[in-house]
Amino acid sequence: MIAFSPSELALSGNVIDLEKVRVTFGGANNQVTALAETSLRIDHGEFVALVGPSGCGKSTILKLVAGTLAATEGNVFVAGREVGAENARIGMAFQNPTLLPWLNIRDNVMMPLKIVPPFKHGFSRKRKTEYRDRVEQSLARVGLAGFGDKFPWQLSGGMQQRASLCRALIHDPTLLLLDEPFGALDQFTREELWEIMQQLWIEKRPTVVLVTHDLKEAAYLATRICVMQARPGRIVDDSAVSFARPRTIEISFEPEFVSLTQRLRERIVAARAVQEPVS
Amino acid sequence: MTENTRRRLLSIVCILGFFVAWEILCFIFNVSDIVLPRPSQILMTLWTRFPAIWPHALQTLYTTLLGFALGIVIGILLGMLIGSSRLAYDVAYPLLVGFSSIPKVAVVPIFVLWFGAGTVPAVLTAMIMCIFPIVVNVATGLAATEPELRDVMRTLRASKWEILWNIGLPRTMPYFFASLKVAATLAFVGTVISETVASNRGIGNLMMIASSSFDVPLVFAGLFILAALGVALYAIFSLIEGRVTGWAVRSDNFSAGG
Repeated sequence: MIAFSPSELALSGNVIDLEKVRVTFGGANNQVTALAETSLRIDHGEFVALVGPSGCGKSTILKLVAGTLAATEGNVFVAGREVGAENARIGMAFQNPTLLPWLNIRDNVMMPLKIVPPFKHGFSRKRKTEYRDRVEQSLARVGLAGFGDKFPWQLSGGMQQRASLCRALIHDPTLLLLDEPFGALDQFTREELWEIMQQLWIEKRPTVVLVTHDLKEAAYLATRICVMQARPGRIVDDSAVSFARPRTIEISFEPEFVSLTQRLRERIVAARAVQEPVS
Repeated sequence: MTENTRRRLLSIVCILGFFVAWEILCFIFNVSDIVLPRPSQILMTLWTRFPAIWPHALQTLYTTLLGFALGIVIGILLGMLIGSSRLAYDVAYPLLVGFSSIPKVAVVPIFVLWFGAGTVPAVLTAMIMCIFPIVVNVATGLAATEPELRDVMRTLRASKWEILWNIGLPRTMPYFFASLKVAATLAFVGTVISETVASNRGIGNLMMIASSSFDVPLVFAGLFILAALGVALYAIFSLIEGRVTGWAVRSDNFSAGG
């Protein structure tokens, strides 16, 4: 039995909790506000899409949660603890595949198992074959069966991106951070990967934060969409998406879906029209 | 015959051609062997006086390899320190550049003063000759590591040590091996400088004595030995480099060999 302290119990419902967070870059003279004061709570098992034009701070939020960027003001909590000290298993996929060029695809995908507890403790021992099978299954799932021995440069961009998704998922993350991972792919690959991603979310229910500028992608995948605006970056709209699962690509032609993406689009366009001066 | 073997054959023919031309020109212009001995004379000297040359060659090889090994260890450690800390970079870089600008022949007497003549100053001279390129390249390689690759590890909550081991060092390998090839040849230079100045063994010493008695073929025999040792060491590290850092040049051999 694990005993929770009252504060942990209170926070345990939220996987991500941004408390009045602000991020600025630059010195006193030419300060740029990447993210104006923002509070955001994301519950267990939510699939949240952050959409908005470039420069609206959506990637900034993801970096705060990933722990690769520190907030100028405010607090970032992940799984009830200060970011970096949390116990959540985090998986992240980036806009670029960011595979390590000196490792073949199998070893690239296996990397999180080498780093993240509890997997790392079994890494040098007999479980290595077990991990190998795990990687093969994961690769097969995204259509890369048999490519484990190849090196990243021998694969097309789309295939590298698939491998990078495998790497983000191999350690069964409870929190999945996706920074436009489908952005550079052709439409058919993208839709195929959406479907895989949805399947995976239904099966394992990780908490997902997806950064994207594709409204269709957001509406197809997410349970909740936050629309963001630039200069300074902030959340201007936060709405639930309640289409039944599993969703298919056909859903994107239905009137409800179209009107949702229309509404989001108008929200972004309207926000762009009233641009405020740089603070 | 494949493209590769043809290329290799051509290069061998050209290299041999160089020595043949040397031989023929010396013969035509009747160059005295006190000025420039013919390759055939040098090879003859190597053959006939091999028992006398051999211990010197071994001494030089042993000294150089020892100095080289020490240089690699210290070079990597310093490079890692400089490459991962801003303060260390600011402090150590000017010192290193200043130190490497000093002619090494000027340092040998100091080593002799401290450690006496013989093997120790030669090892140390070889070592300081090869530290600089290794440090600079290891530091550059670490500093050039793409931040995105580091971010991948940071989101996995990898420790600093894990990031260095899994990202920094592998990323640095191409730089490191490039520096090793330079350092390997520089180490021979260091050893021979020291042997020439203060030792009674080694190829450097052998050449000193030979030139003072105008035994020019023997001097050239010493040069040939040094060149051969240098080429051999270079070739060994090229081979290792190909196996370890083939990913950097996207070599198909690398992917096939794993």
